[in-house]
Amino acid sequence: MNAPTARLDPLYHLADVKRSFGGDFALRIDSLNIKAGETLALVGPTGAGKSTLLRILTGHEPDVSGDVTFRGRPLNERSELSELRRIAMVHQRSLLLGGSVLYNVSCGPRWRGTADPRQLNRLIDALGLYKVRQQHARTLSGGQTQLTGLARALATGCEVLLLDEPTANLDPARISLVEAVVQSHKAERGLTLVWATHNLHQARRVADRVALVLDGRLVEVAATQEFFNSPRESLTREFVEGRMVY
Amino acid sequence: MTAGLWPIFWLTLVVSGTAVFVAAIVGLPLGVALGRQGPRRGWLWVLVYTGMGLPPVIVGLAVYLLLSRSGPLGSLGWLYSPTAMIVAQWLLAMPFVIGVTATAIASIPTELEFQLKTLGADRGQLRWMLLREARPGVFLALATAMGRSLSEVGAVWMVGGNIEGHTRVLTTAIILETSKGNFNAALLLGSMLLSVTLLLNVVILRWRGGFTP
Repeated sequence: MNAPTARLDPLYHLADVKRSFGGDFALRIDSLNIKAGETLALVGPTGAGKSTLLRILTGHEPDVSGDVTFRGRPLNERSELSELRRIAMVHQRSLLLGGSVLYNVSCGPRWRGTADPRQLNRLIDALGLYKVRQQHARTLSGGQTQLTGLARALATGCEVLLLDEPTANLDPARISLVEAVVQSHKAERGLTLVWATHNLHQARRVADRVALVLDGRLVEVAATQEFFNSPRESLTREFVEGRMVY
Repeated sequence: MTAGLWPIFWLTLVVSGTAVFVAAIVGLPLGVALGRQGPRRGWLWVLVYTGMGLPPVIVGLAVYLLLSRSGPLGSLGWLYSPTAMIVAQWLLAMPFVIGVTATAIASIPTELEFQLKTLGADRGQLRWMLLREARPGVFLALATAMGRSLSEVGAVWMVGGNIEGHTRVLTTAIILETSKGNFNAALLLGSMLLSVTLLLNVVILRWRGGFTP
């Protein structure tokens, strides 16, 4: 009868986490729990620390102090590869490898020995990249590069997907497409999503909970409805209402 | 003279090819490791770059002293053999493989390494992908190392002895024929050496994918 207890444990637990660059703290988090299967949106101005938080959640970020646990175990660069491979990240500016779109998307599954060409083609097709699947990745537009970055992360078969502004370079139709594809993967695979976005409407659409990151600190983490309709913190209210001056 | 050309030609290819092959096996991983360190390992970079400018006669002398009968590796009996020539050329080629590869790896954004890790690359896969991304630099490293090996004369003469039918290669044969006044033979050997270098660079560039005749 351990299962219910295990389900109650947070997937991620962060306590007293600090990351500094050149002596200045980029991020200081007293406490944050992320539950399995939830979508947590990170909102906040540029440079607030959202990307740093996502990078810490990958387990690959160096020089992080404090406790970061994932599935009850410390998460860092020395964690087992099988644990680290449960997590994938979509980067704000995806750096693609020299090779085709298909090559880039297939890297993660190939490294795991799980590449299935039909599945990869289906994913590429779902994101509207089928026509350019054989095209060299470095000749893609900014939007196509971003979609390829999402495809290669989804193709890994990860359990946690960290998204850093995955729709920043996309038109409204593609934004809807990305949200739909990510949500369908979440429904199929029970993905846990941590989604950094500047777009408050997007946060409202996709998230179960929303966290405001400001000057490297978590100001408030609340259920989406509560975050937007009745925030506890005055800073959150100012941010949500667009009255905050950075 | 013509009948004796082919053994010289083949020995040149075997000695230089083996030396560069071993230099690649040892030097490429070291180049990747050094490149990933970036400027943090300043003295190692200085050492490798100095190695790229190492005078062949110094290497020849060092290998000679190591392999001579009274030297620490004298019991191997390698002096005046193709193996000694391979060792000397390997020492000359390796700094090029390490240095040029490391420079190419260091030019790759460190962010790419982070992104590959977040896609699940293990250490070996990461190094291989970085090497693949640095492909033009790696091919340049191999072409430079091969060029250096093929054109090298001082070290292979010292440790090989230019023995006919045993350790004579194109460069040492050219010097010998010139000193004897056989300029036609020297020119013929020289054109063979040049052709080999040309052909190898065509092969390397085609392999890299950047060659259009």
